[in-house]
Amino acid sequence: MNEMPSIEQANAMSDSKISANKVQVYYGDTHAIKDVDIEIQPRSVTSFIGPSGCGKSTFLRTINRMNDTIDICRVEGSIKIDGEDIYDPKVDPVQLRAKVGMVFQKPNPFPKSIYDNIAYGPRIHGLARNKAELDDIVSSSLQKAGLWEEVKNRLDEPGTGMSGGQQQRLCIARAIAVSPEVILMDEPCSALDPIATAKVEELIDELRENFTIVIVTHSMQQAARVSQRTAFFHLGILVEEGPTEDIFTNPKDKRTQDYITGRFG
Amino acid sequence: MPLFWLILIVLVIAAVGYVLGRARAMSSAGGELAALHSLPSYYGANVAMKVVVPAFLLLIVWLLAQPFYVNSVISDMIPETAIEEGSSRGLVLAEVRRAARGLDNAVATGAMDEEFARNARADFADISTRLRDAGQIVTSEISQPILRAAQRYRILNSTGNLIMSVAVILVALFAAFWALRETNAEFRARNVVEQGIKAILIAAASIAILTTIGIVLSLVFNTWEFFRLYPASDFFFGLTWSPSFSGRGSSSQLGIIPLLWGTFYISIVALLVAVPIGLFAAVYLSEYAGPKVRAVAKPLLEVLAGIPTIVYGLFALLTVGPLLLSVFGDEGLGIMQAGTAVMTAGLVMGIMLIPFVSSLSDDIINAVPQAMRDGSYGLGATKSETVRQVILPAALPGIVGAILLAASRAIGETMIVVLGAGAAARLSLNPFEAMTTVTAKIVSQLTGDADFASPVALVAFALGMTLFVITLGLNIVALYIVRKYREQYD
Repeated sequence: MNEMPSIEQANAMSDSKISANKVQVYYGDTHAIKDVDIEIQPRSVTSFIGPSGCGKSTFLRTINRMNDTIDICRVEGSIKIDGEDIYDPKVDPVQLRAKVGMVFQKPNPFPKSIYDNIAYGPRIHGLARNKAELDDIVSSSLQKAGLWEEVKNRLDEPGTGMSGGQQQRLCIARAIAVSPEVILMDEPCSALDPIATAKVEELIDELRENFTIVIVTHSMQQAARVSQRTAFFHLGILVEEGPTEDIFTNPKDKRTQDYITGRFG
Repeated sequence: MPLFWLILIVLVIAAVGYVLGRARAMSSAGGELAALHSLPSYYGANVAMKVVVPAFLLLIVWLLAQPFYVNSVISDMIPETAIEEGSSRGLVLAEVRRAARGLDNAVATGAMDEEFARNARADFADISTRLRDAGQIVTSEISQPILRAAQRYRILNSTGNLIMSVAVILVALFAAFWALRETNAEFRARNVVEQGIKAILIAAASIAILTTIGIVLSLVFNTWEFFRLYPASDFFFGLTWSPSFSGRGSSSQLGIIPLLWGTFYISIVALLVAVPIGLFAAVYLSEYAGPKVRAVAKPLLEVLAGIPTIVYGLFALLTVGPLLLSVFGDEGLGIMQAGTAVMTAGLVMGIMLIPFVSSLSDDIINAVPQAMRDGSYGLGATKSETVRQVILPAALPGIVGAILLAASRAIGETMIVVLGAGAAARLSLNPFEAMTTVTAKIVSQLTGDADFASPVALVAFALGMTLFVITLGLNIVALYIVRKYREQYD
């Protein structure tokens, strides 16, 4: 942290990676996110759970300003990454997104070769000075995503020709390739079968060593398996946030309890 | 009886049939709507349909067949001796029809009565005098056979029309009677009407397809005729285009190469203008423009597509040509002789094609899934990087298809070329020289006063056929590419 914006924050979470304060999101006239305060720990997995339409994906997308691409969307409050307000006019959202990568619900490889899919980000940001460095980035990203052994002999084949699980790991490798600090995952396993899901979950667990990961999921089992901390959203409000174990075994709020025991959602 | 009244009578029978059919269905069910198989209106429609369709079919067939029959009868009446040297049977028959029309008009104006017009023993000199007095101009002196034929022509036609009217009305009445008889509560009128509607739709589709086949066949036969008069190899590989209208084609050189060169040269200039501008406009509209700008700009751009090509032609002739001439002409660079040139026509045609390219490309770019954009933005790419590296490559097959469709329009375009490119068929690389295209030459060959059976006129069909094959090929390739691309995301 370069600066200490307020004493309160410094005291509360001096070591948090992302800190959101009174975040409001509006879609046109709809108030989608209300007063969300959350501190996200570095080098850990935080999962957002909650019923459909509760705003967890919307909130996730405010963290790398993906909501900027939607015309009618408006964000208020402050979100700081390493103490720096990402909604400050000085911040370039394009640069921010290189630092805060994102993996989407449906695997969305570009209609290019596997190699070009991974090399896309590094090329845009000029991370490699020559072909050899680029090759290194591609192979190390694929290795980190656990995909290297499966694809090392067919890097020039189109990424769209892989299986769904491979495509999603390709998208994760693509996000890793630009060396982000934070990776946001929006229901990354919802389009995958159980075996592919298990592989991706394993990967998420490994990535925790180097990245701060925020994952939105519909599966409470998944949240319990991969995350250290869990946040429960309901109707645009952050109801409860805490260590995953506490949320699932000893929720403080009645609504959290109802949701995780399957009474609604 | 005039045709109008006949049609009206059939429609009245159909309307009455509708009401009766409805009523009969209701009464057969004893007023219980639930006892009927179909809604009452279906029973009415069933009767009306069965009246109208056979009656009108008979009417159409009769109207098409009667002239053939009458012509063949009349033609037999004209002896070979009545056909003058240098004339033809067709010309004499036209004369007969003119005389018959003259008699009709004379009767209508009261210059002679019906009895007199039909009188086979009437003196033909007297009749032609009376016709001339009545202002019904008779081109040459009416001869005895022609007059007799004209009289016969009138009688045949009026009897034919009378029989036709009676037959059509009888068919309509009989159909109404038959349809009413089958109407009862169990009759599945709804299904029958459904079948009828299907048949009407199939008929409409078949007419469109049959017309296409007809057009192609007429092209093929006339092209065949042309190649019997003029060697195909000279046509396809000849480097000179100089039709000689007076020489009956004997000294004409009808090589298509200069025309094809002009066509392709102008099309290429047009595409060089239209593709970048249209594509960039499409990218702006679909990726950058906000909803408000888009709502205004897209329709405005498409207004261009609604301008008739003759107006573009005027624009080329009166504005673009002189403008280019002032820059590249003798007062400027000195490489342009006149306002009509490849460049003039190409530029204006390019402007015409802009909305075509942009609107097709816009659709194709919009079909690229949002997930692609999200993926790219999520990696920290800017809009132009995303467009250049993700969206355009993904949309490329579709865009190529759009360009090919635009190319086939450019090749087939006529008015802009006629007004903007000049009429000289020449093989040259200088885009500021006048050249001409296949389409423009088709116009000039057919509007020239050459004998229709000479190669100079028939070459138009060979040109049309060549053009048709080229644009058909382009369209097939384009549609194949566009369709293949579509399957990728659906």
